[in-house]
Amino acid sequence: MSKIFPKSANALPLQIVLFIVVLAGVATAAVTYYATPKYLRIGYEPVQPVPFDHSLHAGQLGLDCRYCHASVEKSATSSLPAAQTCMNCHSVIKPASPLLAPVRHSYETGEPVPWVKVHVAPDYVYFNHSVHVTRGVSCVECHGKVNEMTTVYHAKPHSMGFCLDCHRQPEKFLRAPRDVYNLDSPTLAAQGKMDEALAQIHQWKVKPPQSCSGCHR
Amino acid sequence: MSSHIEPAGHPLLAEVNPVAIPRQELVHHGRDFHWITEKVCGIVEAKTPVWWWWCFGVAAFVASFTVAGLIYLVGTGVGVWGHANPVNWAWDIVNFVFWIGIGHAGTLISAILCLLRQKWRTSINRASEAMTIFAVVCAGIFPVFHVGRVWMAWYLFPIPNANYIWQNFRSPLEWDVFAVSTYGTVSVLFWYVGLLPDLGTMRDRFTAAGNLLKARLYGFFAMGWRGSNRHWANYEMAYLILAGVATPLVLSVHTIVSFDFAVSLIPGWHTTIFPPYFVAGAIFSGFGMVMTLMLPLRAIYRLEDLITQYHIDCMCKITLATGTMVGYAYAMEFFIAWYGANPYEGFAFINRAFGHYAWAYWIMITCNVITPQFFWSRRVRENTTLVWILSIFVNVGMWFERFVIIVTSLARDFLPSSWGYYSPSIVEIFTFFGTFGVFSVLFLLFIRFVPIMPMSEVKAVIPQADPHGTGH
Repeated sequence: MSKIFPKSANALPLQIVLFIVVLAGVATAAVTYYATPKYLRIGYEPVQPVPFDHSLHAGQLGLDCRYCHASVEKSATSSLPAAQTCMNCHSVIKPASPLLAPVRHSYETGEPVPWVKVHVAPDYVYFNHSVHVTRGVSCVECHGKVNEMTTVYHAKPHSMGFCLDCHRQPEKFLRAPRDVYNLDSPTLAAQGKMDEALAQIHQWKVKPPQSCSGCHR
Repeated sequence: MSSHIEPAGHPLLAEVNPVAIPRQELVHHGRDFHWITEKVCGIVEAKTPVWWWWCFGVAAFVASFTVAGLIYLVGTGVGVWGHANPVNWAWDIVNFVFWIGIGHAGTLISAILCLLRQKWRTSINRASEAMTIFAVVCAGIFPVFHVGRVWMAWYLFPIPNANYIWQNFRSPLEWDVFAVSTYGTVSVLFWYVGLLPDLGTMRDRFTAAGNLLKARLYGFFAMGWRGSNRHWANYEMAYLILAGVATPLVLSVHTIVSFDFAVSLIPGWHTTIFPPYFVAGAIFSGFGMVMTLMLPLRAIYRLEDLITQYHIDCMCKITLATGTMVGYAYAMEFFIAWYGANPYEGFAFINRAFGHYAWAYWIMITCNVITPQFFWSRRVRENTTLVWILSIFVNVGMWFERFVIIVTSLARDFLPSSWGYYSPSIVEIFTFFGTFGVFSVLFLLFIRFVPIMPMSEVKAVIPQADPHGTGH
């Protein structure tokens, strides 16, 4: 029989198998790193119409989160402040700053300031802010240390796995109610007060859903 | 083979004269090795016949209906199918079970009949295995696209991911994923391993004919087959192991498919007879499809010497046996519904036979219970055209069986307030109609480019393969 393949073809099966194994490994690693929210979402920092500095307001001045995001304890969504809230102070502090022009415009016309949303929950996810913050889940768990951010950026992955990490073991993430809006406070677990966290879970019947329909209603 | 047996022991045995029943001839007209090679290879080597192009064109056109239906589905959403409360499973799973069932004959022929040393399997096993693979391809389309966001279909498999999505291993639908993917994998391996010697033959023939491109192509897939003793020893062992692996699959795959229904609580589904009944139905429908495919092939390529009347008889008899089992299961379902004294179960069966879908039920009974009974008659079995027509009725009947089981039970469940009536949408009809085109395209490519019979195995069942002439 005449030869139709060169001798090097003998190594071909092994080479093909090796190639597939390496390719699959590289593809898996690349997808795991580049195509997950840890890479895709964290660090998203859009330019806002007004360069509002959280580190100044919430950090240095010590404004409570709820002063501006007033509905967070009562409602599923955490509201953005109306221009009125800003003007409470800025009618007397830096009343003519050009950076605040969009706020004054909003205050005069009633048109909202076109803030760019940083944390977007998909429309198939039902998330309720009030049920979290009133049970001791601090803002910092999902939004990071906003009190240290000059411009707000996406600090946590917000993947489903991220939600489930806490839903499966809430005792590791809870704070005492007084510390929920203190973004520098440690969790109860970090303070070594696991019994307090468990008591809180028991007392408030904290049962985070882990079934699909808990969040995808 | 030997008609004379030496009496041992009791003198009465000397008087016993067993009837010598001649073994059926599996290849007619004393065809030899060379003739078989030329016949089978000739199909691939000949110029592409005109009828093939016509069939291929029509099949591709029909297949485009599936493509169109699926594009519209993905572009719009699963709502374009006719499912609505209470019938949330309908043509998608009907078609899935229909196609998966058809595959079972291929595995039965290649695995179980191999282990049972049924030599008549040799001339039909290659094409039947191809049919199995193509049927699994068609079946897979439906559940994969029914998930809606089809690019998320990989969620069916337990792959660790950032969303922590994990499968519910208590769900029979998840068992289905493993059953069908295992089935597909083993079927492809079995088919491919069986192909190796023939691919080697094709390579050598194309090399001799100077067609280096085709020689390289077949040579690549032949993976260096040279037909040495060691190759044959390994090949036979690999084939035997795969036959052993595939044998439980003949029973397990459709058993698990039946669990999709039997594990639920819907009246008409929640019955223990489902696994054996589904397996019998699957083999029944599969043999129907094998005959639908093989009889025209036999006529077109003049394969009467290789696919003899004896082969057709065997297939008809298996169809008759499994069809009768299916008929028995229909009767037993009614008996249990009455004997079990569950009013919902009783209603489900009365409703099947006399309710809104009674037309589908009686089509099913006619095709599945009455059709195979014709195969009792030798004259029917010897009339190839009639056998072919009856085999089509078997296919139609088995599709209606799945339709009746799935749709009647869902349309009339426990609460009359939630009763409904299901009709397919045009998109579903397109998608299903097109799968016949998908199947035909694949099968036509198969008969054009792959030897349709395992030459070495067919050669092994002719008398020339038995140098001592003793049958041992």
